[in-house]
Parts: sequence; structure tokens; C-alpha cells
Amino acid sequence: MSDVIRLDVMKTYKLFVGGKFPRSESGRVYEVSDSKGQWLANAPLGTRKDTRDAVLAARAAVKGWAGTTAYNRGQVLYRVAEMLQGRREQFAAEVAAAEGLGAKKAAALVDQAIDRWVWYAGWTDKVAQIAGAANPVAGPYFNLSLPEPTGVVGIVAPQTGYGHSFLGLVSVIAPAIATGNTVVVAAAADAPLPALSLGEVLATSDVPGGVVNIISGRTADLAPTLASHQDVNALDLTGAIAAEGPGAAAVLEAAAADTLKRVLRPAVDPSAQDWTSAPGTDRLLSFLETKTVWHPMGQ
Amino acid sequence: MSTVAANAPGAAGGGLSDVAASEASLRRFLHGLPGVDAVGLEARAASLGTRSIKTTAKAFAIDLAISMIDLTTLEGADTVGKVRALCAKGKHPDPSDPSAPRVAAICVYPDMVATAKEALAGTGIQVASVATAFPAGRAALPVKLADTADAVAAGADEIDMVIDRGAFLSGRYLDVFNEITAVKQACVRPDGSSAHLKVIFETGELQTYDNVRRASWLAMLAGADFIKTSTGKVTVNATPPVTLLMLEAVRDFKAATGVQVGVKPAGGIKTTKDAMKYLVMVNETLGDDWLTPHWFRFGASSLLNDLLMQRQKLSTGRYSGPDYVTVD
Amino acid sequence: MAKNKKTEAELPKSGPLFGYAPAPESPAAAGDIATSYGHFIGGQFVDSSGSEALKTVNPATEQVLAEFAQGTEEDVDRAVKAARKAFGDWSALPGSERAKYLYRIARIIQERSRELAVLESIDNGKPIKETRDFDLPMVAAWFFYYAGWADKLDYAGFGPNPRPVGVAAQVIPWNFPLMMLAWKIAPALATGNTVVLKPAETTPLTALRFAEICRQAGLPKGVVNIVTGDGRTGAALTAHPDVNKVAFTGSTNVGRSIARQLAGSRKKLSLELGGKAANIVFDDAPIDQAVEGIVNGIFFNQGHVCCAGSRLLVQESIQDELLEALKRRMATLRVGDPLDKNTDIGAINSAGQLARITELTAAGEAEGAERWSPACELPSAGYWFRPTLFTGVSQAHRIAQEEIFGPVLSVLTFRTPDEAVAKANNTPFGLSAGIWTEKGSRILWMADRLKAGVVWANTFNKFDPTSPFGGYKESGYGREGGRHGLEAYLDV
Repeated sequence: MSDVIRLDVMKTYKLFVGGKFPRSESGRVYEVSDSKGQWLANAPLGTRKDTRDAVLAARAAVKGWAGTTAYNRGQVLYRVAEMLQGRREQFAAEVAAAEGLGAKKAAALVDQAIDRWVWYAGWTDKVAQIAGAANPVAGPYFNLSLPEPTGVVGIVAPQTGYGHSFLGLVSVIAPAIATGNTVVVAAAADAPLPALSLGEVLATSDVPGGVVNIISGRTADLAPTLASHQDVNALDLTGAIAAEGPGAAAVLEAAAADTLKRVLRPAVDPSAQDWTSAPGTDRLLSFLETKTVWHPMGQ
Repeated sequence: MSTVAANAPGAAGGGLSDVAASEASLRRFLHGLPGVDAVGLEARAASLGTRSIKTTAKAFAIDLAISMIDLTTLEGADTVGKVRALCAKGKHPDPSDPSAPRVAAICVYPDMVATAKEALAGTGIQVASVATAFPAGRAALPVKLADTADAVAAGADEIDMVIDRGAFLSGRYLDVFNEITAVKQACVRPDGSSAHLKVIFETGELQTYDNVRRASWLAMLAGADFIKTSTGKVTVNATPPVTLLMLEAVRDFKAATGVQVGVKPAGGIKTTKDAMKYLVMVNETLGDDWLTPHWFRFGASSLLNDLLMQRQKLSTGRYSGPDYVTVD
Repeated sequence: MAKNKKTEAELPKSGPLFGYAPAPESPAAAGDIATSYGHFIGGQFVDSSGSEALKTVNPATEQVLAEFAQGTEEDVDRAVKAARKAFGDWSALPGSERAKYLYRIARIIQERSRELAVLESIDNGKPIKETRDFDLPMVAAWFFYYAGWADKLDYAGFGPNPRPVGVAAQVIPWNFPLMMLAWKIAPALATGNTVVLKPAETTPLTALRFAEICRQAGLPKGVVNIVTGDGRTGAALTAHPDVNKVAFTGSTNVGRSIARQLAGSRKKLSLELGGKAANIVFDDAPIDQAVEGIVNGIFFNQGHVCCAGSRLLVQESIQDELLEALKRRMATLRVGDPLDKNTDIGAINSAGQLARITELTAAGEAEGAERWSPACELPSAGYWFRPTLFTGVSQAHRIAQEEIFGPVLSVLTFRTPDEAVAKANNTPFGLSAGIWTEKGSRILWMADRLKAGVVWANTFNKFDPTSPFGGYKESGYGREGGRHGLEAYLDV
């Protein structure tokens, strides 16, 4: 045994697209630092083309994911919680660095993120029971209203607020996929590492490739691509916190209007958002279409 | 049953003689067949797929399956050498074990019939030829008939024709019917005997189970000796529910007319486990009467080697590998 | 068609039939069965205060599997006290934490499903095919589903912060032992109740094995208590003054006596009782699938199903065709060793049940109905009954009125939809019904008029944790499954 201190193996962070881990097509990375400005790692500098590839993957996954039974989707989301539990320490360290928190607080945020997957796992086969209805129409008709997933949801991940880097991220992804949507996530630009690591968990959790796609990079590049993309059905602007410019919420919402995307606007004061508060059902019900079916009743 | 002059429209008897008298009557008949509930059919096929075939039953089924194979090569790249090699494989599937049964037939394109016929002389293995502008079937009737006559003249024992799916899907049932009867006529040899006629539906293109049931009755009424699922050239080939439905159709047709018709699932059947599921379906839907190569065939190529490997496993107790069966 | 020239001699050697060789599941997969069992109270396996022991036998062999305690009033009291003690902390736990216990249980059931399936098959007599492919997946699914509700009760439509009832006394039957346990325990625990459950006296083993699973899951002591015994134990449990809720699945007569017993008390009651379901086949039905549905409706689980389609109502115009197809299909049913993976119909659960089926079918013959069964050999030991069909049955016959709870189908006919509805509803029961027609409009018209808690169209005997199940009229009250299934365990 020598006294040489063992050198750690550093992780190369990569994008998560279609169940695979590509580097950015740009071939570029950007520096990610902790809250004190200390370098943590290089993250891929995702581009419009990376985003386009991710939308293709998300679209290809819609049919299978929306078509799987709600029960199976619940099992898959629960599996994410199981896998995450085993990597709790890693995520706690990443969250601590990203948000400048002590170990205990960071671990508590990861625990809540795990429980949030469990919360949404339980919703997959119940959302239709609170959002659907048998309608007593005035005539000899059987009339049912049923929720269906909207399709591909573009998500600008939370960039501020307590717990945003991971709990916040899970809080926006899980409800969208619980109901059968697929998502393309623009990770928080300054804190992308927990998001990129989440891809590794999803890849080993029976989540089909393409259901969740995660791109790191500049929000001002990624978000407008999602907002204007004609094959994206809905847009979650939670992390669109820029006051002006191409990444500003109002600009993105206007771009989304061209294809009448369903838009979830950011909070009035995103920095005041506390991601530990109870999630409720708002996000779960945001990316659903209601389909009503009529059928006559007669001999 | 050879007394039934099945090459005349409406020959099937059993009160069905007028069914093909007109487009309208044929349509009325086919649309009057009981509907198929897709979910129920698929559930039944899946349930039969859970049968556990072990030991002696497995040994029996493996040999039966081998003997039912129409060993097939239908490639643009087919050559005389390839067809001869396939015939050799069909005769002695497992060179290390002469007790392995031979296959039922070798299935080729018409221009390879003579080669296959020569290679198989005296073996009892049939030569099957696809015909009628296989696989699309998009050619004029005289071309299809010439294609058929050519294969028969070259010595084909069996003709695998494709129906005109375009005509079927647009509701021109009588056209499809007449085409089958014409091809049936083209199967007649100068000595008055006939090549066996298998009618391929391309069920992957017919899409609905109701269509498969209608196509089955249509072909049987027109004199098909066999009904066959697929060409193997489209995305969706034979599936257990489609085959089960066709087994039910031949069962009902025999009950109605007394005429027995064979069934051939083709394409996508690659493993012993798959083959077992099909044999279980035959066994529990039709029973002994159909459990012979006379009445049930597998259109397959890679299936044979998997059956041989399983066969070796049963006799040696060890799992075999692809290096211990021949590539032909 | 020219006869193929090949001779039979060239075919592979075979018997006349493709007979399936035995494909037995190993009884050892059931894990260790103790020679005798006590109760599971307060997280411990404990001896009974009494000395009486009952025996559970394998109905396929009549061999004794184990002895178990006949629960006394004192045992019941102890169990209720343990449940009461656990209730405070359990109900105070955040729903999200209760949820995680139930998810753990669901996962362990999935992990141990083969063991549980084999044990269930041995103790009950039902075929391994069904325990493996139906009972166990359903048991796990039930826990998963209600696990998800534990932290979502505010959204269930019962107002904000709905409260549990307290201690639930649950008495379950022998036909789906573990599944009935899941139907009872999962919603009760999700809503914050604690339970004392009594399994049936012929099938206690999987409930006792479930107690081990509760321990593996780290479930707090006393949240689930299992007390074994016969009807006397059940009566003591439902009568216990500190029980807040009684849930019973079983016969209508026992259900009636429990309802009487609870009259004037403040105990909440849900009952899932007998049935005499009509399975109605119209002339435009998808015949092959209808035949499967009829077979599944009455021969699934040896007909030991409260919602079994025991009355086949067939439109007169297709009676002959349908019955011929049905008989042909029945002839392929494989009756025998429940552990053989190819067995379709296993053993009758007990000598007592066999006697009842025998008695009622004899009455059917005596009343003039025509009896038919396919030829099939039955094992010499054990309790067995051939799948049986009665034709020429009228509504006045006992076999059209009484629940047989065995593999016996009574066939009646009808001419019009109105007549079908009238005959289907002409029973004190109202648990389930089946409709077979390709005409959607008629399905919904019929469903609207049938007095039954579950109506299956072009399918039968389908269950899902998201879907409420329960009866009209003398088939009981309350619903199990779905959002509605929460109500039975909430103080609403």
C-alpha cells in the first residue's frame, strides 16, 4: 500500500434524448459552478438542433406511453422513486452544490423529490376518476367525458425558488408524464447537473426512451425552439424568468400562440416559489384534453 | 371430398350454392357472418398461449411442427444454389440426427420450381410455388394465370396465391371470388389432377378481424384447399389471434359443408415456443383432424433451426447453440 | 380437393392425440407450511386462548395441510384491542407515509407472487393458472391502487380531510382468499383504519402468510390482525362492541344475520353477497367470443364466484347453434390437478360445497331439466365436479333461482330484449349481468334496465382495482374498488 491519494473519476455529463445519452451536436460545453462560484463540471451546451431531436424522440414515444395502461404508468413512476432512493446521496450532493444548501437540507429536498414521484405514481390511475365524468344529458344517450394526454409538452425547468434544482424539476416532469404526455425539458441553465443525473435514473427505471428528454444549455436558445416548434402541443414556462429577450415568458407565450399550444405561465414571483409545498393537482390537470363520447341507448 | 367440383363457383354445397350467384348475394352472405370481438379473440389466443407443453408432448410437437413446415425462400437474390441447399436441408434437417423428420414442402418462386422439383425427387416433399404476382398481386388476371400455369407446368405440387386486397377492401368480393376460381382452374394439370391451392389473404393489410373472417369464407367458397395468413413481406404477418380466427372459420366451414380446408400461418413464426402456441390452438380448436401436414402448415424459414435446437436439447439435456444446426 | 398423397406412415410417430404431458408446478414453491398456526395479533403470531384447532385440507387430495386456531371471543377481543391501540398512530400518520407502507406490501406481494399462488392453489383447490395469472396480479394491483389514494383522500369527493372509521372487522370467503383480503385490507388501511380480518375456515393459509408480508414491510404492530376460525369466530368479531365497521363477503344468509346483529348499533356495514347473474346472448352476438365468455362466466374458479354467469339467457333463434358450440368448447376443458399448469378447472373447495352442488343439481334433474356434462375423468381422491350444463330450465326451477356456487350452468331462453331484461331481473339477487350483442345501442339500453351492480358487455368476470364492484338488492350493499370503495372506510 502506498500513500498516494486516489484520484476520483469525474463524470462526463451528457444530454438525455430518446433514452440515450448523446453529447450536444454543438460539440460544446459550458462551465457549471456551485453557489460560491467554484467549478463543478462541464455541461453540454445544447442547441436548437438538440432540442429538435428531443422533440422527435418525444413525439415518437407518445403513442406507446399514452397507450400503456394507467396502472403500468404508475408502476413505472414508482420504479423511478425506488431507483432514486438508492442514489439519494449523489443527488443530495448535487442539490447542495447547486443551491448552496447544507447537507441535511439538501437530503430533505431529495427525500421530498422521491416522495413526489410516489405521489404522482398514485395519480396515474386516478386522474380520470376526478377529471372525468358521466354526464346526465337530456336524452337517450350514454355520455362520458374522459381526460386524455395533450401530447408533447415542452418544459422550461424551474430556475429559482427553494428546491428548484431537483425537487422543482421533478415537480414539473412527473405530473406531465403521469397522465401520458411526453416531455422535452430545458434544464435550469445554472443548475443543470441534477437534471442530467435524473436522466440516468429514468434510463434505469423502465421509463421508455423518449418519454422524458433533458437538454442543458442557454434558456434563451432552448426555450424559443420549444415555443415555436410546430410539433410541440403544450408549453410549461415555469422557468422562463427572463424579464425580456427571446427567453422571456411573454415572448415565448406569443410564439406558442401560433400553434395554439396550451401554456402554463410562470409564477408571478418565481423566486418566491417554495417547491416543498404540497403539489396539489394543478399541474396534473394542466396537460389534459377532455374527450366526450356520445352513444345512443335503444333496443 | 375430391368428388366436390370445387372449381365451380358455389361448389361448396351445404345450402351455400347460391352465395356467389351475384355480387349482392355474396356481400350479404359475408356481412351476415357473426362479428368478431377483437378483445375477446385476442384474450382467447393469449390464454391458449399459456399452455405448458413439456417432455413427451414437447417432443411430439417439435417433430410435428418440423413435418408441417413449408421451408421458404422468397428473395430477389434466390439462386439455383440457394434453392438446392434449402431442399437438402428440408430432406435432412439435422445431419447429426437422421430421426429428425423432413419438412412438408419447399416454398419458392415459380422460376425455381423446376430446380426444387429435381432436388426433391422421390422424397415426398412437396414443392410449393407462390404465384399470381406475389406478393403484391398487382397484375392483370391473365398475367396471374400465366404465372400460376407456369409454376404448375414446372411441376409445382402446391400453389400459394395472393388475393387482390385492393378489390377486397373496396368491397368487390365477387372479383376476388372469380379470381380465386380462375387460379384454381389454372392449377389443373393436363392429366386432370390439380395442384393444391393455398390462398393468401395478407391479413396485415386486411386489418380487421371481421375482414379476415369474411376473406376466409370467401376463399373457401371459391374452392381454396388451404387458407394462409400472409406473404411474410409486410410488417404484420401471422399472429395467434388471426390464425385462431381462421381455424374457427375452417371448423365452421366443415360443419356447414362437410369440406375440410387447411390453414397455414406464415411469417413471423420464429421460435419453438411460437410453434407450440399454434399447435395448441389447432389442437384445442380443431383437434386431431387438422393435426397433420395435410391440413396445417407453417410458412417459415428460421423456425426450423430453433425447432432443431430444441430437439437436440430434449435428446441431450444440454442447450444447443446456432453453431450446431446448419445454415442453408 | 385431391387427397394429399402422403401416407400416414410418413407422419411423425404420435398417439392419436396431442395430449399434454403433466406440467406440474412444484408444491415446494409454496414455502414452508407450519403444522399448526395461531393468530396474528399486534404484530406477533400468538396462540389462541382456547384449545380448539381446525384443519385445513388440500381439496384436491384431501390431505391435511395444517392445523389452525379456532378463534375464541377472548382472541377476538385481544385482536380488536390491538387494532384499537394501533389506530391512533396509524390514522395520525400522514397519508403519504401510509401510502408507502401499502406500496411496500404491493411490491413484496409481486416479489413473492409465485409462492403465494402455489399456496393459494393448494389450500383452495383452484388451478395454478388462475392464481398465477389472475388472483396474484389482482392482489398486488389492489394494494398499488389504494396505496395511491392514501395521500389523496382530499380529492376523493368526500369533502376535505375525510376521517377513517376506526377499527374494521372484516370477514372474507374462501373463493378468492388472498384477493378478498386485498379488497378488504387495502382500502381500509389507505383511509387510516386498522383491521381485524378473519379468513374462511377452509382457506386460512394465504392470510397467515400475508401476516409475514406485513412484518417484512415493517407495518406498525396492530394495524393488521388476523384471527382464524369458523363462523363462530366471525360472529364474535362482527358483534364486538369496539368495532366501528364491519365488512363481509359471503353468503346472503350470513349477510342478513350480520345486518340484523348490527341493527341499532353505530357500526358501519358493507356486504358483498350472493348472485345469480344472467348472461344474456343475442342472436347478433360475436358467437365464438360469447362462448368463451359463457365458459369464463361459469367455469372460472370452478364457478365459486358470487358474480358467476350462472343463468345463460339465450335468444331462442340461436339456441341450438350456441349450445352446440358451447358443448364443443366445454369438451376441451381440462379438469384435474390444480397444480398442473394446463388445468382449467380445479377441485371444489370443500366436501360441504361439493355436497351442496350435488344436491342442487339433483334437484335440477328431478324438476325436469336436462343435464349434460362432457366426458372427463375425475381424480379418485379430492372433491370434484364435472362442468355441467342444464337445458330446458325455467325460472321456476331451483337451479334458476338459488346460487349453486359451482361449475353448473342453467340455460334459459328469451325472444325479445324486454323479455331478457324481465327474466334477468326476476331474482332477489342483483350482483352482475352479461350482455352479448354487436349492437352498442342495445348494450346500453339493456345496461340501463338491468338491476345489477356490474354489467359486462361482450366480456364477463372482469375486475380492476379502479372499478367499483358490488350488488343491488339481496346481493348486498356498498361497493369495493375504485374511488367508491373508499366510502366504506371513511366516516362520511
